[in-house]
Amino acid sequence: MTGYQLKMRVWRGDADGGDLGNYEVEVSEGEVVLDALHRLQATQAGDLAIRWNCKAGKCGSCSAEVNGKPRLMCMTRLSDFDPSETITVTPLRAFPVIRDLVTDVSYNYEKAKELPGIELGPRDADGKRRMMQVDVERGQEFRKCIECFLCQNTCHVVRDHEDNKKAFAGPRFFLRYAELDMHPLDTRDRRDAARDEAGIGLCNITKCCTEVCPEGIKITDNAIIPMKERVADRKYDPLVWLGNKIGLRNKDNEGRTPV
Amino acid sequence: MTRHPLTGNEMSGDAQGGMERHQYDVIVIGAGGSGLRAAIAAHEAGARVAVVCKSLLGKAHTVMAEGGCAAAMGNLYPDDNWQVHFRDTMRGGKMLNNWRMAQIHAQEAPDRVMELEDWGALFDRTSDGLISQRDFGGHRYARLAHIGDRTGLEIIRTLQQRLVALGIDVYMECTVTDLLKRDGAIAGAFGYWRESGRFIVFDAPSVVLATGGFGKAWKVTSNSWEYTGDGHALALRAGATLINMEFVQFHPTGMVWPPSVKGLLVTESVRGDGGILKNSDGERFMFNHIPEFFRSETADSIEEADRWYEDKKNNRRPPELLPRDEVARAINAEIKAGRGSPHGGVFLDIASRRTPEFIKKRLPSMYHQFKELADVDITAEPMEIGPTCHYAMGGIEVDPETEVSVVPGLYAVGECSGGMHGSNRLGGNSLSDLIVFGKRAGDSAAAYAAGLPSRPEASDIDIEAAKASALAPFEVEGRENPYTIQQDLQQSMNDLVGIIREGSELEQALVEVERLKERAKTMVVEGHRQYNPGWHLAIDLRNMLLVGECVAKAALAREESRGGHTRNDHPGPNPEWGSKNLVLRLNAARDGVDMTEQAITAMPDDLQKFFE
Repeated sequence: MTGYQLKMRVWRGDADGGDLGNYEVEVSEGEVVLDALHRLQATQAGDLAIRWNCKAGKCGSCSAEVNGKPRLMCMTRLSDFDPSETITVTPLRAFPVIRDLVTDVSYNYEKAKELPGIELGPRDADGKRRMMQVDVERGQEFRKCIECFLCQNTCHVVRDHEDNKKAFAGPRFFLRYAELDMHPLDTRDRRDAARDEAGIGLCNITKCCTEVCPEGIKITDNAIIPMKERVADRKYDPLVWLGNKIGLRNKDNEGRTPV
Repeated sequence: MTRHPLTGNEMSGDAQGGMERHQYDVIVIGAGGSGLRAAIAAHEAGARVAVVCKSLLGKAHTVMAEGGCAAAMGNLYPDDNWQVHFRDTMRGGKMLNNWRMAQIHAQEAPDRVMELEDWGALFDRTSDGLISQRDFGGHRYARLAHIGDRTGLEIIRTLQQRLVALGIDVYMECTVTDLLKRDGAIAGAFGYWRESGRFIVFDAPSVVLATGGFGKAWKVTSNSWEYTGDGHALALRAGATLINMEFVQFHPTGMVWPPSVKGLLVTESVRGDGGILKNSDGERFMFNHIPEFFRSETADSIEEADRWYEDKKNNRRPPELLPRDEVARAINAEIKAGRGSPHGGVFLDIASRRTPEFIKKRLPSMYHQFKELADVDITAEPMEIGPTCHYAMGGIEVDPETEVSVVPGLYAVGECSGGMHGSNRLGGNSLSDLIVFGKRAGDSAAAYAAGLPSRPEASDIDIEAAKASALAPFEVEGRENPYTIQQDLQQSMNDLVGIIREGSELEQALVEVERLKERAKTMVVEGHRQYNPGWHLAIDLRNMLLVGECVAKAALAREESRGGHTRNDHPGPNPEWGSKNLVLRLNAARDGVDMTEQAITAMPDDLQKFFE
């Protein structure tokens, strides 16, 4: 494959409204959607607003919807499309537009503030801390999150229901709850917070978040479902008594202080 | 007045006109590792602090750091200690480092790493449950605390979460364009919101610059759009000095194909974990490029090099793990000699040396990056790599203890500061640099603000001038496109101020920069002030041009080869140059820089003894 003229439709506008603009831009082998948009910016539309940083799938800045699918523009290769196909790029739908492809993602930063942070106990006598690799690995999977907010954008609890945003922290923060809950040395019990403040109960496990995660984190299976079980455990489940008796329950929350 | 819930921006809603103004004790510009660490320290010292950053919180280039954070904790090798780390750092920098900074860095890094763990960082573990440490170029022992190959992400996220927990104010997507002064001391900073294009003034007696590097002035670079030398240029315009500007680190291993990712970083951990470099003849060529300076500590046979991974006591390091400047030069030489790979690099091979499971476990991001962007499976085939502009050793001259520049109230930390790394930085010493000096800068900035009898106040005239300067690209008559000028600058810096330099080419680079400065006077931008990248670039370009001039000027003057500065016409180090720095400051006309030589303070005997 060598260079060709790519047909693109790019949403242009701001909070007051906008429309898809038609463009043709030269692209070449190995390029990604972000390259095409950058060339557009440099040659035809100097004021086209795009948010991006690393261009390597590591910072999670360039989230948008490519042909309606939430993607990182820097990791969406043109070779995945037929050269004759028109590629349509629109801003994330769940967040208010600032301009063109840039959206106001402050919802996510607000939710981050509400989450009770980590609080470890004292270090060991020699000033170090000890945790086994197998124990930190559970949390490490969740800490791969690059905060692209594609999971937040795609989650139908908020995607089509603006009203839910107040009561619902979203998959990115359920990851964080699970990470802290599974941290070998944290001293806080956030199960009530996950239910009452973060609204984990609203999630009905459709796994849309897992599907769009560019880091391949098993958000639903490894974070949300275990976290839901722990929360339910505490509140409703009659089996909690039995589980306690026969020692089947996880012990991650033993000795922790509820927040 | 409505306030933007994320940014605190009072002007992005319905409010018309006016200009925001905020009062703080300490303003930190930049939200990478050093800026966040400085803000946390200043807050804990009791100061009112705000962080101002060009991007969203958590997106700064620290996320790109892969390999690890160097700290002599001795978790794997009890013989490791700050003295060994200090020695490695100085030798890696070819003895041009500010020795006191290198000493503080080696002494304090372990405490700073432990602090990150207290704040939630989940480092990989040793079999005893301690923080694991990995091998890297130029380090005598396995010393880098790490999390797979995404250590930077872990560190920035940990600091970000700490910052949020402490309730420190953050002004995101807000660019500072000028520092404000009164009677020679810092009075605040002036900037604009990227979102709305409206202006904002911070009144603060302490400003910490933590803006990172200037790699975006080169064509092939691992840096993103943000790294335009803003802190370097802000400092110059405020009267501060820059040192070591001729030393630019070209990372030996950047991707070379496909073209759209050319320059993208491939972590040194690939070599730390057993990867080797080969040319098109299949030869492990690094054995032919061992410099005299490192000969006694480098393996001279493949057998010894391979034994080293298991037995470090009785074997010397593989030459692939020489400091970055040496490896980058060797790769460059192989390519020039016609022994390059199909896409103009050389081969980095870990597939034939480690199992797919090991590679995926230790280098998950690299596996992902090559698979997704180049269709290369690094567990089955070698990567093609070549040097990429990566890191600025040069930066703002600061006091080693307090990180204050020559301007009262102006501090600098991280990549935008100079001195710590000398002529070449060792891999892993950047993340530790951020947290060690970030804390110190935050502490001293807070103490300075608290000790002032009265606050310097920015003058209205200066604020009006800053406004006019920021709006100039909308008002000039002209036809130059900022994107084109940037591309031309990147090409010139790449061709004329690259990894191997030549006096005549550096002279030509200075002529080019002057020509580009002229063209930049007639830059025009389309559209309006709201989230307009063309306008943002036009403003950043001034910084890039000034920094480009600094690098070319210092590179032309230093007639020797040392670390990240190689002169074809002056091969090898010259001891005379080994005892002095080149210092740059803004000229009287404020349109360029002047340069002077400055002797380096001699190392005291108790440190000197490590090199005898």
